[in-house]
Amino acid sequence: MEFKFTDEQIMIRDTAEAFVSEVSTSAAVRSAMLEPAGYDADLWRQISGELFWQALPIPEALGGLGLGYVELAATLEQTGRFLLCSPLVATAAFAVPAIRLAANAAQQELYLGRVLEGQVATLAHAGVQTHGSQVDVQATVSDQGVYLNGVSRRVLNGQTADFFIVAAQETFASGEQGLSLWFVDSGTQGLTVKALPTMDQTRRLAELRFENLVLSPEQRLGGVAASQEPLQEQRQCQAQVLNSILDLAAIAVSAEQVGGAQQSLDISVAYIKERVQFGRTIASYQAIKHKCADMMLKAESARSGLYYAACIADEFLAGSCDAETLAEAASISKAYSSEAFFFNAGCGIQLHGGVGITSEYDIQLYFKRARALESFLGNASEHRERLAKQLLDSEVSL
Amino acid sequence: MKLRFSASDEAFRVEVANWLRDNLCGEFEAIRFRGGPGDEHSFVDQRKAWERKMGEAGWTCIGWPLAWGGRAATIEQQVVFNEEYARAGGPGRIGHIGETLMGPTLITYGSEAQKAKYLPSIRSGDAIWCQGYSEPSAGSDLANVKTKAVFDEQAQVWHITGQKVWTSLAHESQYCFVVARTDLQAKGHKGLGFFMLDMHQPGVTIRPIEQLTGTSEFNEVFFDSAVCSAEDIVGQPGEGWQVAMALLGFERGVSTLGQQMLFQNEFNDIVKLAKSNGADRDPILRQRIAEAHIGLRIMRYNTLRVLSGSDEGELQAEGMIYKLYWSSWHRNLGKLAMDVMGAESEILEAEPYELNRLQSMFLFTRADTIYGGTNQIQRNLIAERALGMPREPRGNN
Repeated sequence: MEFKFTDEQIMIRDTAEAFVSEVSTSAAVRSAMLEPAGYDADLWRQISGELFWQALPIPEALGGLGLGYVELAATLEQTGRFLLCSPLVATAAFAVPAIRLAANAAQQELYLGRVLEGQVATLAHAGVQTHGSQVDVQATVSDQGVYLNGVSRRVLNGQTADFFIVAAQETFASGEQGLSLWFVDSGTQGLTVKALPTMDQTRRLAELRFENLVLSPEQRLGGVAASQEPLQEQRQCQAQVLNSILDLAAIAVSAEQVGGAQQSLDISVAYIKERVQFGRTIASYQAIKHKCADMMLKAESARSGLYYAACIADEFLAGSCDAETLAEAASISKAYSSEAFFFNAGCGIQLHGGVGITSEYDIQLYFKRARALESFLGNASEHRERLAKQLLDSEVSL
Repeated sequence: MKLRFSASDEAFRVEVANWLRDNLCGEFEAIRFRGGPGDEHSFVDQRKAWERKMGEAGWTCIGWPLAWGGRAATIEQQVVFNEEYARAGGPGRIGHIGETLMGPTLITYGSEAQKAKYLPSIRSGDAIWCQGYSEPSAGSDLANVKTKAVFDEQAQVWHITGQKVWTSLAHESQYCFVVARTDLQAKGHKGLGFFMLDMHQPGVTIRPIEQLTGTSEFNEVFFDSAVCSAEDIVGQPGEGWQVAMALLGFERGVSTLGQQMLFQNEFNDIVKLAKSNGADRDPILRQRIAEAHIGLRIMRYNTLRVLSGSDEGELQAEGMIYKLYWSSWHRNLGKLAMDVMGAESEILEAEPYELNRLQSMFLFTRADTIYGGTNQIQRNLIAERALGMPREPRGNN
């Protein structure tokens, strides 16, 4: 049984840990929070230019590092652990999987090339899975061409992205509808990007507004000529691809959650070992110890769920498991790690006592990050309902 | 990092599955899926016969060295064996205490004479063992053993006197390993001895404990000058605690995937029931069923991480959460089963108190978070050993 990191994966993890712990200190995070971009642009240049982390999941043939989702998860666990402010998740874990799964060869070369150069890319899709409208952007096909209209909210790092992958409901001349994905550059006429103020200041979300933005067929991921009406089968396939992209993205978010859950525990344990009341450290009280034990159980279990999901993601990308298996793994990981991080960060505030609710101590930053990631790309109950459908609503049992 | 077992382990899996398919049938059909936790009192004679059948075919004690009749199976093979055993509905192993606890302890700490005397009958499935650790005042505080062992120089035997409790299968067992105090002045984990005692003698009285299920798999065992020969102490007098703790370390998690397969069977029953009685349309129950599914999957990957080991010493920390995790999960599953059954969960199979499988599971899962180290003790251990928090203060008695 080799359900553990290889030596190379340990090296990748350790490199990430050493780097992020040094550059993403409490002071650095707080300074990044004040930046209009939400991150230090020089640091992003270093990450994308020297460490080349956005290239982790890009195949070698296309100029990337050709590593897998396990390596990406190992890295993102560390960025999440130290609340790194950067567009790494948006670029490497949202845009790159979208390009890999949905773009044609020429598009892959072009757009992955831009990513490799250090451009910021992101996915414009709210990712709500079970209720609400998934996509509020319309691509209307007419004789004159394709027009994009509508609003995409909560786009990660949308404000600084160089290009977007936009999910749209495509309406054809016949009135039929289907999902499609489009490359859109920032600065394109008809696109307005507005930064949204966020409760978690370590992560920036934007609103994209499309008003009669003109698209050319080459911008469509997969490159099917827009005037050509795709068959019913192809349309279902596209919706499936979008789900898989979101699943891969959700696993990446889980990785940041696992890191955050672990660090919420670690900084709390460090604090309670120092804090003395009634003549002893509060770490010696059973009420405190038991809470910490529960937090450790959550962090370790979330980590196991993450590594399983990351292995499944690699199997999926290698073509050795199907989308349904990926969906199951992503939902298991995202549901568990969402609640684990929130539980640990919440307990962390309680363990810190009064100082836990001050802005000075970092535990509040973890608490807000936990809250933000919990509802991002589907919260725990949405993912559980998705699993319930697999378990209860199909004739084939798992 | 890989999720899967190796090709040779998978080949071994097929071999195990085939043997079980061909042998766990006919006269043994009735004991499939029986005799597990909460059901250990059932089909005892048939399960003893099954144990001997497995022994004849070389499927007992597969992790033991070849010299003692084992297959020297790797950890992975043992895990695979247990998983397939549970998948096939293999009955609760009545010989498991001898195979997984006493045998490995003797192989490591026993004298050659002790090995020759005791190992073959465990391996053949003939001798059933039980465990004499807990006492009325030595539960979580296991070292607070009051049972006494007094050496008779003339007869060269030990006389054991005292009371053990929560002893599974005591009335079915030929032997019991007993932790008893050899130095009556000593306290705590000092001055203890580890004895192998024949249960078929006048100084041993067994009294079943009726549980909330109405059944009895636990017993009280009373020793009144029970005799144990001088050759039947493992280690020296005074070393009993070390041997007793080492014994608990031998299990090494190889049966945990098998246990999870039993959980999977129970979970599948609940899903089936929900689909048939409409509980699958209740949004809250849907959430809880999905949550149980998530919990069981993660339990598997927690286990695979521990079984895969770690080069960095993380292993212990990961392993420490296991008992707390599964017991809490299983207790919740019991409650979920009742809520999926709905109001019908109140109605039993028959008079006087015949529970169905899920009802019995529900009641017995309340024991899961208690035996083998309560959840409170588990949390203390995690906090102290994995997180380096201060130890609980000890009283002065």
